[in-house]
Amino acid sequence: MMRLRRTCLYIPGNNAAMLQHSPVHGADSVLMDLEDAVAVSEKDSARFLVRAVLKNLNFGKTEKVVRINPISSPFFKDDLEIIIPSKPDSIRLPKVEQEEDVIILSSILDALEKKHDIESGSIEIHPLIETARGVENAFSIARSSPRVTAISIGGQDLTADMGIKKTDEGEELHYARTRIVMAGKASGIDVLDTVFADVNDEEGLRKETMMIKTLGFSGKAVINPRQIIVVHKVFKPDPKDVQRAKRIIKAYEEAVSQGKGVFSIDGKMVDAPVVKRAQIILNQAEYYEYPELMEVS
Amino acid sequence: MKMIKNSLGREIPEFVEGIGDLIPYQGVWEYIKKTQSKHLHARACYGIGKGIEKLLPDIKTALERCNIKDGMTLSFHHHFRAGDETLMQVIAAVNEMRIKDITVFSSSLTSSHDGLIKYIENGTVSRIFTSGLREKLGKFITDGKLKIPAVIRTHGGRARSIALGEVPIDIAFVAAPSSDILGNSNGIEGPSACGSLGYAMVDALYADKTVIVTDNIVDYPLHPASIPEWQVDFVVKVDRIGNPAKIATGSTRITKNPIDLAIAQSASDFIARTPYFMEGMSFQVGAGGASLAAAKFMKEAMKERNIKGSFGIGGITSYMVELLEEGYLNTLFDVQSFDAVVAKSIAKNPRHIEIPATYYSDPFTKNCVVNNLDIVILAALQVDADFNVNVMTSNTGVLMGASGGHPDTAAGAKLTIIVCPSFRARVPSIVDKVHTVITPGESVDVIVTERGIAINPQRSDLIEFMKKSKLPIRDIHEIKEDVEKLTDKPEEVEFEDRIVALVEYRDGTIIDTIKALKCD
Repeated sequence: MMRLRRTCLYIPGNNAAMLQHSPVHGADSVLMDLEDAVAVSEKDSARFLVRAVLKNLNFGKTEKVVRINPISSPFFKDDLEIIIPSKPDSIRLPKVEQEEDVIILSSILDALEKKHDIESGSIEIHPLIETARGVENAFSIARSSPRVTAISIGGQDLTADMGIKKTDEGEELHYARTRIVMAGKASGIDVLDTVFADVNDEEGLRKETMMIKTLGFSGKAVINPRQIIVVHKVFKPDPKDVQRAKRIIKAYEEAVSQGKGVFSIDGKMVDAPVVKRAQIILNQAEYYEYPELMEVS
Repeated sequence: MKMIKNSLGREIPEFVEGIGDLIPYQGVWEYIKKTQSKHLHARACYGIGKGIEKLLPDIKTALERCNIKDGMTLSFHHHFRAGDETLMQVIAAVNEMRIKDITVFSSSLTSSHDGLIKYIENGTVSRIFTSGLREKLGKFITDGKLKIPAVIRTHGGRARSIALGEVPIDIAFVAAPSSDILGNSNGIEGPSACGSLGYAMVDALYADKTVIVTDNIVDYPLHPASIPEWQVDFVVKVDRIGNPAKIATGSTRITKNPIDLAIAQSASDFIARTPYFMEGMSFQVGAGGASLAAAKFMKEAMKERNIKGSFGIGGITSYMVELLEEGYLNTLFDVQSFDAVVAKSIAKNPRHIEIPATYYSDPFTKNCVVNNLDIVILAALQVDADFNVNVMTSNTGVLMGASGGHPDTAAGAKLTIIVCPSFRARVPSIVDKVHTVITPGESVDVIVTERGIAINPQRSDLIEFMKKSKLPIRDIHEIKEDVEKLTDKPEEVEFEDRIVALVEYRDGTIIDTIKALKCD
């Protein structure tokens, strides 16, 4: 099953109660945060807590991501030294502005993987772009290393960097979002949207998720487990589309076995992009229940 | 044919072949007065003759007029839950009259009844029959300080025990938010409106004497009456019968606890995947935590799939009223209102039907509504690998819950779902053996935790049906082991041999006992 990154649940790395439950909320990824959510005085204890959580909790299929402190901070190297031996799936690197940032992290990972007998290149990198410079360099960042499997936009820091206010409508982020999506798509990686801060505004979250889905984002950061289901629902393929996708793939497989290049469904010609889109829909549908389609399937 | 004259001088046969013995007319009231004590309904009836004054000045006078004696059984309802103020007023009056050995037979007991402790200590009260025991009274009884074991009954089992005469009620005290001077009363009007009087309806019907205690006398005739005047001996007006604001104790709002929400979502997803999720389905959800939240997610699933339910039952919360008003359910059967605002709905909506506990869940009736249930979602304090459920005693063995309608609905429903966090405050909820079996595992189909869904192996049909599901369906032992890896296994609680409470199953058999905690 292809990994989806519809939701990435942020958990403060110093909150044991929240960390212990972090795998059970159904988020595709859990991000254990050592950066903004953790006060300077707690950086050290948070690292060790996150390490213990990674070692001892069963995350099942949930992706384990740790957001470390930025390269420019004094915590960056210690974060990696402590965390890497407990084998997170990915490292979220904040404040990435240029491909060199990723290359620095990647070379440290090379060394730590070797030291701790971890498969070389297995720990992925998710650069977080949250400065104007980072946005402009998005494409080179996205393709800076084979370890980069997703890039993400940080709305709060980016608007601060631009000296503007983050609004509910999000018009100020439109350029950055589309630019980063294109950079990610061009590099064949996932693109993750920023958080939606008002946890009680389900409708606002739903609207924003619809918007970023339309733009091409793979998913969104969430700061409360209650937001997960809202985002997942937006990304749920429509049952009718799933049914049609099943028919397309079935017809495609038949056509291939008969040596036909082109075929039609309901009188419409089906070509490669249609097949590809159908495959994406079916991959996404794997993550959902379709009781209404049970008789059909 | 032998003839005798009646009091009007008419000749009447003493016996007619094929009919039997005949009794000659003796005057408008004479025969009734002579025979009332032999006839079930007449025995219960004070109102002989015209213009009877039922309204009494206080509870003490009512106790005197009901000929209160040592050893009698007094019944009460708990429709005010933690806000009840009537039971303690009555027992205080009994105490003042130096009456001893009273059996308190309440549909349940809450924190508002902790005051009973001193009356147990001084011998006023010697037996407790209830559905729930908690707080200080629960601890007191767990410590073995009530000499005769308490008896825990389900709501259906209590109604059954009354109807079958197993527990004869000498005097039923019914706190009623509104009554007229002849005892027509209900729970939906007045400053203390509490909603349904479902439990009290049974007591009033079968008790030897029924006393309505109210703080709101209205003009005769009150309508609609939950308890009609023909069942009522006396009416007492007091300053206050209870505080309706304390009926809901936070358990009737949708939780924000992410673990409860994850469980609720999972339960709802499971239900939506079963064949029971269909047009016309009926369901019941408990108040509070994950069970009420599951109703929210079920509503969303119903909306998505364009499905409308038929009836909802139980303890009715304002959320269930919303489902009725929005058309997701067409009827509510209300034996107990979990929220004072529900009272307004009973008053205005003819499809919101107040029902007596007998109709709700007495297993010995020709039918009770729990038997019509498709789906019920219930909570648990502990569950075990045999799917037995404890909703009565804490993980430390202290009485802190209620049997309630749990075993009744679990037995009646086609699909019984238990929602339960896999551990609370570092203590696992899935254990080898629950401290107290309240609901037997054979009536439980599914246990939903935040760490997976376990289907009872008895339900091979459900297991088969869910095979292709993407839901986290796991063996209960597996979930248990997972949790123990996090929490470790707690030390076993030690009990003495002394029994402090008997747990009656809904049919009157004893399903378990609760023993005194061993003190260090």
